[in-house]
Amino acid sequence: MVSMAVPQARAAAAPAADHVPVKKSESAALSFYYGSFQALKNISMPIYEKQVTALIGPSGCGKSTYLRCFNRMHDLYPGNRYEGQIMLYPDNTNILHPEVDPIEVRMRISMVFQKPNPFPKSIFENVAYGLRVRGVSRRGLLEEKVEVALRSAALWDEVKNRLHDLAFNLSGGQQQRLCIARALATDPEILLFDEPTSALDPIATASIEQLIAELREQVTILIVTHNMQQAARVSDYTAYMYLGELIEFDVTDTIFVKPSNKQTEDYITGRFG
Amino acid sequence: MNEQAGRIQEIRALIAAHKRWDMIFAAVGLLSLMVGVLTFVALFGQMVIEGGPRLSLDFFTSFPSRKPDQAGILSAWVGSTLVMFVTACTAVPLGVGAGVYLEEYAPKNWMTDLIEINVTNLAGVPSIVYGLLALGLFVYQFGFGQSILTAGLTLGLLILPVVIVATREAIRAIPEAIREGAYALGATKWQTTSHHILPYSLAGIMTGVIIGMARAIGETAPVITIGALTFIAFLPPAPLSGDPPAGLFGWIMSPFTVMPIQMFNWTSRPEAAFHHNAAAAGLVLVVMTLSMNALAIYIRYRLRKSIKW
Repeated sequence: MVSMAVPQARAAAAPAADHVPVKKSESAALSFYYGSFQALKNISMPIYEKQVTALIGPSGCGKSTYLRCFNRMHDLYPGNRYEGQIMLYPDNTNILHPEVDPIEVRMRISMVFQKPNPFPKSIFENVAYGLRVRGVSRRGLLEEKVEVALRSAALWDEVKNRLHDLAFNLSGGQQQRLCIARALATDPEILLFDEPTSALDPIATASIEQLIAELREQVTILIVTHNMQQAARVSDYTAYMYLGELIEFDVTDTIFVKPSNKQTEDYITGRFG
Repeated sequence: MNEQAGRIQEIRALIAAHKRWDMIFAAVGLLSLMVGVLTFVALFGQMVIEGGPRLSLDFFTSFPSRKPDQAGILSAWVGSTLVMFVTACTAVPLGVGAGVYLEEYAPKNWMTDLIEINVTNLAGVPSIVYGLLALGLFVYQFGFGQSILTAGLTLGLLILPVVIVATREAIRAIPEAIREGAYALGATKWQTTSHHILPYSLAGIMTGVIIGMARAIGETAPVITIGALTFIAFLPPAPLSGDPPAGLFGWIMSPFTVMPIQMFNWTSRPEAAFHHNAAAAGLVLVVMTLSMNALAIYIRYRLRKSIKW
C-alpha cells in the first residue's frame, strides 16, 4: 500500500542536485490515537535536512495530526496517545519517548500555526518570547536576535521603526511573518508549518511561499498544506496521506508528474478530494 | 397586471399582520423593562429626597449618636472599607489561584467536574449560612472574635465562587491558539500562565472581583450573624500605629460596624429623623456600589482595548 520509493536526486531546481540529502528526522511505525480513535496508522517516513517536505491530502486525512506529533502538541490535551517513534538526528533522540520532555522537543522544533497567533504584546516582545523563555534577558543579545529573526522572516524593513507597536496592528500577512520570525528566533532544527497561508490573501500567500523557499537554506521544513499547487511550488518532497495512512512519499516532482499510486494520481489530478 | 397588483397587496397585508406582533412584543418588553428601571429610580429618588439633606461633611466624620441630627457614619464607612480590604486580600489570591488551577493545571476528569459543580453551587448558598459557618469557625474555633478579620474572611468566602467563576471565564476567553503559541516556543505551564494567561485575563478577573466586592459591601445577614456591633463610637486603631509586630495589625482584631448594619440600626428606631439618616447612609452605599461597578466597566474597557482576539 505504502510506496516508499527511495528518493533519488531531484531532477532540477534543488541546489543539492546530485547527492542524497541527510535525514534530519524520521517517523517509524507512527500511530496516533485521539482516545479510541486512531488518527494515524503506522506512518514511516523520512524528513530530510534543509529540505521542504510537504504533507498533502484531503481534510481529515491526519496531516495536521502528524505534524503536531513533531512538537508533542498533542501532550497538551488529555486522552491522546502515540505509538511508534519519531527519531531526531544526529543525536538519535526518540522525541515521542515518555522520558523525553516535550518542552525540550519544542525548544528544538518550532511551529507556525494555521492562523497567525501573535501574542497581544509588542512586535519586539513577540519575537523575543522564545528567547525569554530560555532565560535570555540581556537587552543587546535580545535586540540582535530579534533583528536577525525579523530579517530572516523578511519583515525587518516593514517594522524596524515600530518594534514597540502592538503586533495586532500588523496586517494578516505581516502577522504570519512575525510568527515565523518568532519561531526562527531560537534557531530551531526543524520548522513546522500547519497550513500557514490558509487564512491569508493571495499576495500575502505568495510572500510566505517565497519566504519558505528562502528558509530551506537554513532550516529543515515540514509543511502541511491543503493547496496542491503550493506543495508543488515550495516543497522538495511530498507525502500524500489519506484516512490516517501514508499513501505515497516521494520527490515532489515525481509525485506530481508520475505518481506511482493510483490514489495519489486521482487526488492530484482532482478526480478525488 | 391586476392579478400582479393583487398579489402585492396580499403580501403587504401579510407583512403588516406579522409586524403587528413586533409592535406588541416591543411594547410588552419595554413595559417589563420599565418595571425594573422605574422601581430603582423610585427607590433611589425616595432616598435622595429623604436622605439628601442629611448629606454633609459632618455626616461622614461623626460617630453614631443618640441625637439624630448629630449622628454620622464615620465608624460605618471606615469599618466597611477595612472589611472590604480584608475581603479582597482573602478572595483575590484564593479565587484567582483556584480558577487558574482548575483551568490550566487540573486534569479534566470527574473529580474536577464535581468540584466545578460545587463551586457554581456555592455561589447560590444563602449568605446567612456563611454567617453561621463563620460564627462557629472563625469566631469560636479560631478565636478571631467579632472582629474585622472575621467579617473580612466571611465575606471573602462569600464572594470566592464569584471570583473563581470570573477567573475561569476570563481564562476561557483566551483563544487556544495563544496558549499553543506559548507552549510551542517551549514555555512551561507556569511561564504560559504568568506571561500570558494572567495578563490577558486580568480585565475579566478584576471585573469579577469588583462585582463580588460590590455584592459583599451590601451584605448584612452574615455580618450580623458573626456579631458586628450596631452602635460603635470609636475607630479601630490606625493601621501601622501600634508597637510592632502585633500592634501594626491591631485594627484587624478590632470590633467594628459596617454600612448596612448602621442603616439597619437606624431604620429600626422609631424617630423619623433616624429614618432620614438611614436613607442618607443608603444613598452613600448605593453610590459606593454603583461606582465600583462603573470602575469594573472602565477597567474592562481600558484593558480590552489592546486585546482583541
